[in-house]
Amino acid sequence: MAANSNSADEKGAATRFVEVSRIEAGFFPFAMISPAVLLIILVIGFPLLYSLYVSFTPYELLKPNSLNFTTARALRNYQKLLNDEIFWRSLWNTILFLAVTVNLSYALSLALSQLLARVTVGQSLLRTLLMVPMMFAPILVGFQFRWFFNANVGLVNNLLISLGLIQEQGQIAWLVDVPLGMITIIIASIWMNIPVITIILLAGTLSLPSETFEAAEVDGASGWQKFRFITFPLLAPFSYIALTIMSLDIARAFDIVRIMTDGGPARRTEMLWTYITRLAIEDTKFGLGSAMAWITVILSVLFTLYFFRQLVRARIVR
Amino acid sequence: MITRSVGPNRRRNDIIWNAVAWLVLIMLALPAFWIIITAFRPNIEINTFPPVWIPRRLTLEAYANMFGLNPDVQQRVAVEAYLRNSLLAAGISTVVAVSLGTLAGYAFARFRFRFHTTLFLGIMLSRAVPGVALSLPLFLLFNRVGLVNNVLGLAIVYVAVNIPFTAWLMDGFFRQIPQELTESAYIDGCGHWSAFWRIELPLSLPGLATAAIFAFLAAWNEFQIVSVLARNNAAKTFPPGLFAFTEQFTVDWRGMAAMSVIMMIPAVIFVILVQRNLVSGLTFGAVKG
Repeated sequence: MAANSNSADEKGAATRFVEVSRIEAGFFPFAMISPAVLLIILVIGFPLLYSLYVSFTPYELLKPNSLNFTTARALRNYQKLLNDEIFWRSLWNTILFLAVTVNLSYALSLALSQLLARVTVGQSLLRTLLMVPMMFAPILVGFQFRWFFNANVGLVNNLLISLGLIQEQGQIAWLVDVPLGMITIIIASIWMNIPVITIILLAGTLSLPSETFEAAEVDGASGWQKFRFITFPLLAPFSYIALTIMSLDIARAFDIVRIMTDGGPARRTEMLWTYITRLAIEDTKFGLGSAMAWITVILSVLFTLYFFRQLVRARIVR
Repeated sequence: MITRSVGPNRRRNDIIWNAVAWLVLIMLALPAFWIIITAFRPNIEINTFPPVWIPRRLTLEAYANMFGLNPDVQQRVAVEAYLRNSLLAAGISTVVAVSLGTLAGYAFARFRFRFHTTLFLGIMLSRAVPGVALSLPLFLLFNRVGLVNNVLGLAIVYVAVNIPFTAWLMDGFFRQIPQELTESAYIDGCGHWSAFWRIELPLSLPGLATAAIFAFLAAWNEFQIVSVLARNNAAKTFPPGLFAFTEQFTVDWRGMAAMSVIMMIPAVIFVILVQRNLVSGLTFGAVKG
């Protein structure tokens, strides 16, 4: 019964088509928003501008005098990066990681949400199980998979040996080999992403009008056809919310990479985020690190903006 | 809702769907349970080969070591410091972020004003800035004002980082409150503020709780910024504390699992409390302009 009332609530929340008409209130809304905006400008906006400035200087933390701006050298950090092979490798790794993780997380969550929508036994318990990965901080996710994929004491190798699939001497170096290191990081990230996306897509699926499905059934539509031509298109706004949230949080993958491989070995899993840490924090090259940080900021913002645009568009069609 | 007609075929399909769903979700959740069990196992069972799959004995050793109750263990983790710093940074930032985010969310939900979309988008995009990128200038600037290695400094950052998501959630929750109530309040002579404070805010309390827990968890789990801003145990929270484990010569897997379990407690409470509100808060913005 609990499961039923659950879905009824979600259905109500998502399909209540009351017109939201906003009212004019002069200066009042600005007064309500300004504390939030001021704080964001102070703690995020201003520091980012400052880091843009730093990125035009050769600043190194241990050489305080190096924080000076000269027009002639302003773009030197960016030139350095463009000629840096490791920068290009970490950029490529990041793009590869994002493309695979985002697409697979979405596809698996979509499948899982369709599966869960058909469950009749113990739905609320299943949803609690679904939320288990949400209890893990990204750093915990990284630790967990670092341990599971550990070559000597890891769960995965132990399991493969117990099942007789590999020899005791032939332990697989999951976190070291190419491309296994990347694959394990992607697996960890997908595991972390699945719950939120699935929950949103499930709520969307449960909120779809049942009349449409009944009509399609009368017309003899198959299960796949119903999914392909009804469920999937109608889920578009929910898909874009899920993707927007995922793109906002995608840099959390840094925590996972940092603890699982820290970009290694030999930079095989280096990504933009870990390379920034290496340049700025470990080598104290704040100027160069800031230049790279700005590249990631631009990429993240564009990425999020893209999904947000799609979200707005999907909303208008509906 | 997916419709289901009755028949023997349907019945068989139902059983298959249920079985597959249960199997998939148990596999999804299994790694987490493995961590929890490991925290309570004797070390010898964890490191032995061939592996012991089913625990023969459970023990609180890992926690005795962690809290210094075991005289044989010399070097121990500063778990009290991590706990204090985590609670302070997450607690303070949650209260402030939720207050400011709620005000902003209400304005976005109820009022029409210039730059409505631009401001909303701007606030949301500030959330997209990766923590690593933000941590560098914050370190330099905080260094000048004495906020590096300072829990208050962390709390300030977490407020700013948490406002966008709080505002988004609260915008969704406020829009679910029927407007007739506010309209009748205006007719009774209420101003905008008292309509918000006396009528809409009390109605949005479940949503507020959801946003608060979400903000708390985000701060509780944050790693990128704190790992740059906190230099020692005066400001380190749980995530850099857990990371410190891996920098030791031999990695204490069980000790890490034990600390992981402590870190998970707030999240477990979250899952129990706010499952449903979260979904409606997140998705309401999708179907409404």
